[in-house]
Amino acid sequence: MSHLFGHDQPLSVQARGGHSPSFVGTFDPRVRVVAACVFAIVVVALHQIEFALGALIFAAITMSLTDLPLRVTLKRMAAMDGFIIVMLVMLPFTTPGTPMFSILGAEASKEGLMHAILVGIRANAVVLMMLSLLSGMTPVTLGHTLYRLKCPPVLVHLMMFTVRYISVLHDEYHRLRMAMKLRGFKARNNAHTYRSFGYLFGMLVVRSLERAERVLEAMKCRGFSGHFPMIDDLAFKRRDGAFAVFFLALIIALVLMDLMYVVAY
Amino acid sequence: MHIVDGALAPEVLIGGGVLAVAGLGLGLRKLPIDKIPATGVLSATFFVASLIHVPVGPSSVHLIMSGLAGLVLGWTAFPALFVGLLLQAVFFGFGGLTVLGVNTVNIAFPAVLAGLLFRGMVSRSNPVTAAVLGGCAGAFSIALTTVFVAISLALSGDAFVPAAKLVFFAHIPIMVVEGLVSAASVYLIAKVKPALLQSADQTSGFEMQPTATLRAKQAGEASNG
Repeated sequence: MSHLFGHDQPLSVQARGGHSPSFVGTFDPRVRVVAACVFAIVVVALHQIEFALGALIFAAITMSLTDLPLRVTLKRMAAMDGFIIVMLVMLPFTTPGTPMFSILGAEASKEGLMHAILVGIRANAVVLMMLSLLSGMTPVTLGHTLYRLKCPPVLVHLMMFTVRYISVLHDEYHRLRMAMKLRGFKARNNAHTYRSFGYLFGMLVVRSLERAERVLEAMKCRGFSGHFPMIDDLAFKRRDGAFAVFFLALIIALVLMDLMYVVAY
Repeated sequence: MHIVDGALAPEVLIGGGVLAVAGLGLGLRKLPIDKIPATGVLSATFFVASLIHVPVGPSSVHLIMSGLAGLVLGWTAFPALFVGLLLQAVFFGFGGLTVLGVNTVNIAFPAVLAGLLFRGMVSRSNPVTAAVLGGCAGAFSIALTTVFVAISLALSGDAFVPAAKLVFFAHIPIMVVEGLVSAASVYLIAKVKPALLQSADQTSGFEMQPTATLRAKQAGEASNG
């Protein structure tokens, strides 16, 4: 999992056991989760490219205050852009409006191009802010934070189990895959490949359920009563409050400017 | 398959969020505390499915297996798939926060529907028929997911309609592959551990024995008295 989630100790509450956290990492995770959500909601509602760009710069500044590896983050953003690039390229040609240029007889409109740019900037700003505020915490911290923010406990427990077993099952998958490789399996475009992958995944499901049975037995043996104690030392300090106020002020300024721009023009 | 932040209209985002909360509520209600380990481990399994790449033509796609998730988990597939999407969004940047509701509905609802439609038939049939039905469930849930994605795009503006159509047609090979892989998976499960495909009331293996708890309680009371 360390390679999956980018942490040395993904299952510990403390981020990066021993290391001193980055500037953003020192704030209360609850503030960071709420801030990321508010930022996402507000940015999605922005209408002007200028202010969306402002949000993107804001996200980039936050990013520079974390100790996330730049290359990995950029790679993740590029992967996200890969999802939407087709849609963005098509938008200018499908939006009616003032024609700008034409390729192969298809007219590209100015409005469509602007819309595509706006969508692209908004998507990148939200993802960048989310990665910089949230992906620095371990999955377990995220679970504890959501629990403290009054998410349903069953959902939080479910998430903690999922996080715990993703690495185990990913290893299991690699073991099965290695066994297939040793028997000369090569992935190609044929029915045999798809059948083999199906058997592989079916086996993974069966084994994971057998594992779950053992886990439940072990939990019952230790007197599991339907509740996990949440051990952490989340404390809302004065600087967390200051961070919240500063963040909120910036976001409100962004929204007000966006609204005023619409009214003024 | 993931929609990103910033593309959809606010109405679609809010609608998706409301539907996702409703689905989560329903799914969590069907999730007793002693089924959490099984559901969590299966949720992790379906997360791993998204890391498995299968060749399709010159390129490759990752598995989704939502049809199988619906068959095995029923309504609890909703929270299970939501958790996977949440982890992907927060730690990998796939999808986004405001579209989390829409993405969850788009992927989990077809899974649940496939489970409701095919589970009864699958649990009653022999492995070969079960495999065919499982393949149908796998392809069906992907098809429905792409339809849902297309609808969410089309509802956000007419300019997205061509993109929505493209999404649908681009996913036809993925439907076929998912169907084939799901069929093989269901065949193996039906042979190796058929109890997994039985409906929830038939599998009592995971539920705490009520008599045992009762006996323990009585024993405790007896010692106190």
